[in-house]
Amino acid sequence: MNVTPLLNWAVHFALACFATGMLCAAIRLLRGPSAQDRILALDTLYINGMLSILMLGIGIGSAIYFDIALLIALFGFAGSTAMAKFLLRGEVIEP
Amino acid sequence: MIRTGKPPLLEILLLIMWLVVNQSLELHHWLLGLLFALPIGRLVRTLRPRTARVRRLNLALILCWHVFCDVVRSNFAVGRIILGTVRQQPKVGFLDIPLEIRDPHGLAALSIIITATPGTVFAGHDPDSNVLTLHVLDLQDEATWLHTIKHRYERPLMEIFE
Amino acid sequence: MNIVPMSPWLALPAAILLIAGGLLALIGSLGLLRLNSFYARIHAPTMGNTLGAGCVLIASMLTSSAAAGRPVIHELLITVFLLITSPVTTMLLMRAAVFRSETGRDRQGEEAS
Repeated sequence: MNVTPLLNWAVHFALACFATGMLCAAIRLLRGPSAQDRILALDTLYINGMLSILMLGIGIGSAIYFDIALLIALFGFAGSTAMAKFLLRGEVIEP
Repeated sequence: MIRTGKPPLLEILLLIMWLVVNQSLELHHWLLGLLFALPIGRLVRTLRPRTARVRRLNLALILCWHVFCDVVRSNFAVGRIILGTVRQQPKVGFLDIPLEIRDPHGLAALSIIITATPGTVFAGHDPDSNVLTLHVLDLQDEATWLHTIKHRYERPLMEIFE
Repeated sequence: MNIVPMSPWLALPAAILLIAGGLLALIGSLGLLRLNSFYARIHAPTMGNTLGAGCVLIASMLTSSAAAGRPVIHELLITVFLLITSPVTTMLLMRAAVFRSETGRDRQGEEAS
């Protein structure tokens, strides 16, 4: 039994899910009434983006996408934490 | 600092990470990994000299399994709440839970566990009274949440870290 | 897309995990739009960050192992990293929201330092 078409379909389905998730996060990012809403939306946006890049990696079958996903995870965390810290304290790096 | 014969866990983890990223077990990757792991481990030790002691590894594994089961279960619960928002919005609320655990690493692990489970977020901790503030998405009965945190997470964490 | 042909014992779990992870992340992101207050919304993306990302990363591990012909485990790094870091961001945001709503309510209070 050949299940590769099923896997192909699953990759496309997941990609569509992540794209829709990114769209939801983008709408919340633009509409969000408060600053913490926008940061939460950005957080969701980068994780969905990282997952869709992993999907592309599975679909195309290249290992190079892993490094991109790792870098997005690292820098996305640093960015969201810095912005949340800014909301909390008014400055990012405290003396 | 005084070495008390503890295994240098941080350096070992950094070395393993280096080898996994490079996907190789060759000699030069071991050497390069050590070259990075040893100074970074020493630098981080000076930033935070207090080290965690993990006892009873089997208990930690059981706790991990419990947390995984809870994460799966509460994922379904939160999914149902989100898809059911047409009828009613969930009733959110804060909940104060008095704790007995004092170890900072245990508290950190508790906060990560609570926040990683969908539906609950760690909202603060008062070090004087040792009271944890929890934010719950669907606050139906407070006693169940209190019981879950106290018995399912805090008891094993106290045995692991203290 | 060119997915290398692989044994059904790897492809079938990978496909199921991908569908599950996609649905979890989608419902989590949908929660951002459908819940009506920030305190409710902060719980929604946790679904995609923990279990959704975990499913997708395990599926990626299975398929890249099948493609390379040997066990490939470096996706575990992202999984562990995400499991540790995404709660930290959520906690900081929660504290920021509590702080801002407190100082917004009584703007002349002393704790607004």
